[in-house]
Amino acid sequence: MTTIWVYAEVGPEGPAGSALELLTRARTLADEVAAVALGPGATVAAGALGGHGAATVYASDEPVYAKVVGRAAAHALGELARRHAPEMIWFPTSHEGRDVAGRLQAITGSTLMSNASDVLSPDRAVTQIYGDTQVVEVALEGPDPKLVLVRPKSFVAEPSGGAASIVPVEVPVPEELRWPRRIERHEEAASGPKLEDARVVISGGRGLQDPSNFALLDRLADAIGGAAVGATRAVVDAGWVPYSQQVGQTGKTVKPEVYVAIGISGATQHVVGMKGSRRILAINKDPQAPIFGLADLGVVGDALALVPQLIEEIERRGGTG
Amino acid sequence: MDVVVLVKYVPDPAGTPKIGEDLLVQREGTDGTLDPGDEYAVEAGLQAVEAHGGEVTLVSMGPEIAMGAIRKGLSMGAHQGVLVTDPALRGADALATARVLAATIGRRPFDLVLTGAESTDGYTGTLPMAVAELLGVPALTFARRIHLEGDGVRIERQTDLGYDVLEGPLPALVSVTGSAAEPRYATLKGIMASKTKPVEQLALADLGLSPGDVAPTQHVRSVSPAAVKGPGEIVEGDEALARIVGFLAEAKVI
Repeated sequence: MTTIWVYAEVGPEGPAGSALELLTRARTLADEVAAVALGPGATVAAGALGGHGAATVYASDEPVYAKVVGRAAAHALGELARRHAPEMIWFPTSHEGRDVAGRLQAITGSTLMSNASDVLSPDRAVTQIYGDTQVVEVALEGPDPKLVLVRPKSFVAEPSGGAASIVPVEVPVPEELRWPRRIERHEEAASGPKLEDARVVISGGRGLQDPSNFALLDRLADAIGGAAVGATRAVVDAGWVPYSQQVGQTGKTVKPEVYVAIGISGATQHVVGMKGSRRILAINKDPQAPIFGLADLGVVGDALALVPQLIEEIERRGGTG
Repeated sequence: MDVVVLVKYVPDPAGTPKIGEDLLVQREGTDGTLDPGDEYAVEAGLQAVEAHGGEVTLVSMGPEIAMGAIRKGLSMGAHQGVLVTDPALRGADALATARVLAATIGRRPFDLVLTGAESTDGYTGTLPMAVAELLGVPALTFARRIHLEGDGVRIERQTDLGYDVLEGPLPALVSVTGSAAEPRYATLKGIMASKTKPVEQLALADLGLSPGDVAPTQHVRSVSPAAVKGPGEIVEGDEALARIVGFLAEAKVI
């Protein structure tokens, strides 16, 4: 009998979409699927988790799990895994997923695979490397539970119609493990649609040359309507735009109808966050830029000259809104 | 303040890494460098000791050639290095690497361990947390700002929507993103000085670890090319604008 657990990120607003995606896939592989939800919102989230394939939800609404980043959850998960011995635990490839899984690996002494694009069986998983040009199948060995961090949007969440039984998590978290503590949260005000939800994503890279030119992308997004603006890690690191706009391995994964890459060379870091887009348009001066390898339409030219003309043309036609 | 910075030697990020017949990334005989993500950690370490005194020790695991990463960090201003090299570490996975690095760090007292958020070649991104767990210290991860105050550390952690402020007592581990500190360039003087700075070389046995402690728990079964849809249409010059408009209209987004 195969048991797979999914580590579900939860908050007052409900479970993360990643948890529902992972449960959808897990129920095709395992005889028994459970979710572990820790922190405020956990018990309420059990409804949606059960509705996507979790037969059991190990839940605790204790604030300590939200307050203490990674460490409290890893401690509790380690204790639960010791008691119930699942074959695998899946995590989303997110900051929190990495915090918990990385610590848990050192507690359980088990294998950990990051950035998986699929799991084939309790001892076999798949990832893609080098800008997703190569598919790598990996055998997972050593003691259970095998830990796998799965990339966002690797699966499409589908309801199972099931319901979960809730098992309260009662694992004391020792005082000395209650660090680091989250003492403030700051949300940077964003306008327009969310990157992950937008039908059109327009992203800029170093090729835009100057942070002030990013305003062109905002104007293009306005002209198209319903479009969000993203960026590469290089320009986020350079401080041009906030991290919340980063698309790529360490940022967001997007799969819009149309992805417009402007002044982006196509580094692996970026490509893995956008290659699942339905249609890709790339504008770059350098005809050798790797981004052209995956663009449906590649435009070799100066974006700083082309984009203003494009905005004018779209406005002249009248957007669909 | 005793600061340890973990550094990794990676294949040149601008090139395409080669995979050997054993399905492992070839690290020898290829151009490599200090992982650019680690340069931010080195810079953050240098700033910490400039403000609070103390020394920066670089710790790396890798083949002999990984000395290049340590020398680069020393040329930026770090004080000394430790390189762990052992044939048993070939193909080491994240857990084995964490065990080796934690054992190396744990030989001496330390206040702060700094790392990049993830490596530029592997992108696993869980090593800092595993090292922190093995050392029994808090991990303050994905830092875009670091403030050291008294016997504690406070960071701004990047989040999807902005940032969180985290705090914890020292000793602690902090992983930094590219926004944390702009790495300084090595000066000629720094490069010359790096050649005489001490670098200790250790093998697994020196750390009290056996090959069994670092045996890989993952094996690559196969590497195959991904299905590609092939390059699409390429346009340039005067026809570009009309073609872009046509493309967006076909997708029904304008």
